[in-house]
Amino acid sequence: MSGENRIGDTILEVKNISLSFGGVKALTDISFDIKEGEVRAIIGPNGAGKSSMLNVINGFYHPQQGEVWFRGKKRVAMKPYQVARQGVARTFQNIALFKGMSTLDNLMTGRITHMKTNLFWQSIWAGPAAKEELEHRERVEHIIDFLGIQAIRKTPVGRLPYGMQKRVELGRALAAEPKLLLLDEPMAGMNQEEKEDMSRFILDVNDEFGTTITLIEHDIGVVMDLSDRIVVLDYGCKLADGTPDVVRNDQDVINAYLGVSHD
Amino acid sequence: MSPLFLNALEVIVNGLMAGIMYSLVALGFVLIFKASGIFNYAQGVTALFAALTLVGFQTGQVPFAHLINTIFGTKIHHWGDGFNTILAIILTMLVMILFAWLLEKIVLKHMVNQAPIILFMTTIGLAYFMEGFGDLMWGADIKTMDVGLPSGGSLWLEDFTKGWAASGTEYYGMYIDVLDVWAAGIAILLVVALTLFSQYTKTGRALRAVADDHQAALTVGISLRTIWIIVWSLSGFVALVAGIMWGSKSGVQFSLSLIALKALPVLILGGFTSIPGAIIGGLIIGVGEKLFEYSVGGLLGGATENWFAYVLALAFLMFRPQGLFGEKIIERV
Amino acid sequence: MFYRESGDFKTSYAEDQQSFPIKFDRYAIWILLGFAFFVVPFFINDYWEKSVLVPFLVWSMAALGLNILTGYCGQVSLGTGGFMAVGAYSCYKLMIAFPGMNIFIVVIIAGLITALVGIAFGLPSLRIKGFYLAVATLASQFFLIWMFNKIPWFYNYSASGMITAPERTMFGIAISGPSAPSWATYLFCLTLVTIFAFIARNLTRGRIGRAWKAIHDMDIAAEIIGIPPLQAKLSAFAISSFYIGMAGAMLFGVYLGSAEPGEAFGINVSFLVLFMVIVGGLGSILGSFLGAAFLILIPVLMKNIMVGGFGWPADLAAHLELVFIGGLIMFFLVVEPHGLAQLWRITKEKLRLWPFPH
Repeated sequence: MSGENRIGDTILEVKNISLSFGGVKALTDISFDIKEGEVRAIIGPNGAGKSSMLNVINGFYHPQQGEVWFRGKKRVAMKPYQVARQGVARTFQNIALFKGMSTLDNLMTGRITHMKTNLFWQSIWAGPAAKEELEHRERVEHIIDFLGIQAIRKTPVGRLPYGMQKRVELGRALAAEPKLLLLDEPMAGMNQEEKEDMSRFILDVNDEFGTTITLIEHDIGVVMDLSDRIVVLDYGCKLADGTPDVVRNDQDVINAYLGVSHD
Repeated sequence: MSPLFLNALEVIVNGLMAGIMYSLVALGFVLIFKASGIFNYAQGVTALFAALTLVGFQTGQVPFAHLINTIFGTKIHHWGDGFNTILAIILTMLVMILFAWLLEKIVLKHMVNQAPIILFMTTIGLAYFMEGFGDLMWGADIKTMDVGLPSGGSLWLEDFTKGWAASGTEYYGMYIDVLDVWAAGIAILLVVALTLFSQYTKTGRALRAVADDHQAALTVGISLRTIWIIVWSLSGFVALVAGIMWGSKSGVQFSLSLIALKALPVLILGGFTSIPGAIIGGLIIGVGEKLFEYSVGGLLGGATENWFAYVLALAFLMFRPQGLFGEKIIERV
Repeated sequence: MFYRESGDFKTSYAEDQQSFPIKFDRYAIWILLGFAFFVVPFFINDYWEKSVLVPFLVWSMAALGLNILTGYCGQVSLGTGGFMAVGAYSCYKLMIAFPGMNIFIVVIIAGLITALVGIAFGLPSLRIKGFYLAVATLASQFFLIWMFNKIPWFYNYSASGMITAPERTMFGIAISGPSAPSWATYLFCLTLVTIFAFIARNLTRGRIGRAWKAIHDMDIAAEIIGIPPLQAKLSAFAISSFYIGMAGAMLFGVYLGSAEPGEAFGINVSFLVLFMVIVGGLGSILGSFLGAAFLILIPVLMKNIMVGGFGWPADLAAHLELVFIGGLIMFFLVVEPHGLAQLWRITKEKLRLWPFPH
């Protein structure tokens, strides 16, 4: 990884988060922080509460207990779109693209938090509205170049193969120019080559745009290579937290992944 | 007891009776929705069509007489005195089965995996088609339906309840149409029969399997097409029963098909997949709209039954979007 | 051969974002508009106005409105008839209250009033989705029609309970009322529909349209990437109702001249407009026009053939028409669920390659 100076202050901190659905506890007393500019991974077995954690961070679930601090401010209960406007973008475990729209439109939709011309100008497609549309088109074209998806610009995303859809989804999240980017299993179901491509994109995003990234991933090899620090969850509890080396040698983590002998 | 209370009681009882009728139509919706995920708007028109066909067989009308006369300049209308009621009902049922078979053959089998809204629109198209077809076949004039069910007010009940009012007040006893009581009885029988059928027969089990998951049902060797024909025939049967009841009550005419619209709020209350839900939803709507019309309808200019059911369903949905018996929806991403 | 895009290069994003990126299309649409505006008015007669052109334009407007809500934003509404009634009665009350007002303004204000009503009835869409919403919109349909029937203020206490449009003008020319000339009502409707089709196109391809389509495709994801569902859904309800309200005002004021709520704006109207949108193509401006044309022209054609041509009785023709329309809708949904607009697109794809298909 590149020099330590790219990592700055804490951008997001969760404190003592507990979340349950009815009687089922999804998260119990979870605390960790994410520092500006780092790649932070959340790992754990299936059902450990990783996705729930992301859902809490972007305001989709509201935990019964605990606090979320974003950029030095305690967050009051917020709707997901308000969180998005603060600069948090994400991708989804099961691709959640707008299937009827083209790649270009999906990315343009990603920029929606930055667009603000009013109904009047929109309706006549002139003045500020036309200008705004062109400006954002240019930004989006940069992302299209960055991800190498020029050829599928106008293809409806429903027709794209799985790996491409994952890439477009990353593009849509990048289009929002987020301060914090949440990736929920960005490499699930990909082959080795696609995984390498995706890893490259993640590192480049982090390097070039300085975007803070939090990702969930099952491929331990990829996680160890990519991330600066790792949180390990199991059954909704935090098992370990630290650099890849620390986590790799943590006894609790080894037990959770490999099993413990009960004798 | 004061006459006011007794009147309200009468309204409630009549509301319950009307509610059972709504449930009967809603039941047809639930059957099809469970088995095929299709929201069958044509259920009401199916009831009308079944009733028209039954009357046609009973009175011995020649089908398509008007069309034939227009094209060939003939003057045919009846071919005889018609069949007796039982035979006419059996023949009508055969027609409904034929219809279900044709529908599956021509339309439904092409519609697997379509979006629900497209399926819904198809059934609206079907409703138009059947309305026109029914009129073409049997004529659009209002017909009376008589299958031998007793009707009219129950004198016995009027006498029996007359004494309930406090002495010195004017009260003439409770009015309840015997036909409604019969309808209620038949509806209850039908529900019991359908429940038994779906719980304890092989076909019933296959039906529930299809309702759960089409693909999985196919992989264990259930023929989707057979099930669909069975279900549409069943709902045709339910429509026939509903058509007989409503037709005996208020004549066989176009407005009969509008009971489908009454069944929709019932479904919202009870949920699209629950048979008990359809029954309870129907009762709530029936009693609710009659009581509302009785208590405040007059102040608003009357005819509140046109919209009360919908507004009630809407208000209900705002607090419980999943319906009475649905499970709480947890959204995931 | 003539219809192609090769050699038609785009050198700027602005050119790439045009509504009609292919040159041929651009010329075609200008010629069509020129013909509609400058040629048709000289030849139009009463029959073409009353039976074909004006109803086509009025229903196109309604279909545009519903397409915004159902096709773009994905909220199925069965309350179109009720909202058209709001437009019609607003139009009527405005005509009576302000006799001097330009009818163009009257129609616009009627649309705005309908938009407000639409927002009110759109509120449940935040909690209710899919079929449940469709059925919930029936509440607005029945409630509104009942209201216009039962509250005499709306029909100015007229004995028949009907509303009748008085003569109102634009630039001194009668647009409504029995003596309005055919070319005037036609041009009036054509102008309105052209302006608002243009606006609909712009709205649906920009920020607002993308927000609608995002809500349609996946509402949860849309909210998470920063689209407020409340704003997106209510704006769709408002703008859709605005169009539908204008259509109602035109239907009553310019086309029918008098109306009775249950008859002119009943549940069948809601279905008719929904058919237009589905047959034409969900989420397509062109589809709204194709759908309206199809469902307006077919009955006219059938009536002409059966009643005019064969001399059959009208009621028989009406029944056959129902059978035919119902069958046609089923046929369409079986063969091409994406509507006429999709057929048109496929035809264009083929034309692009013609006469060398490989």
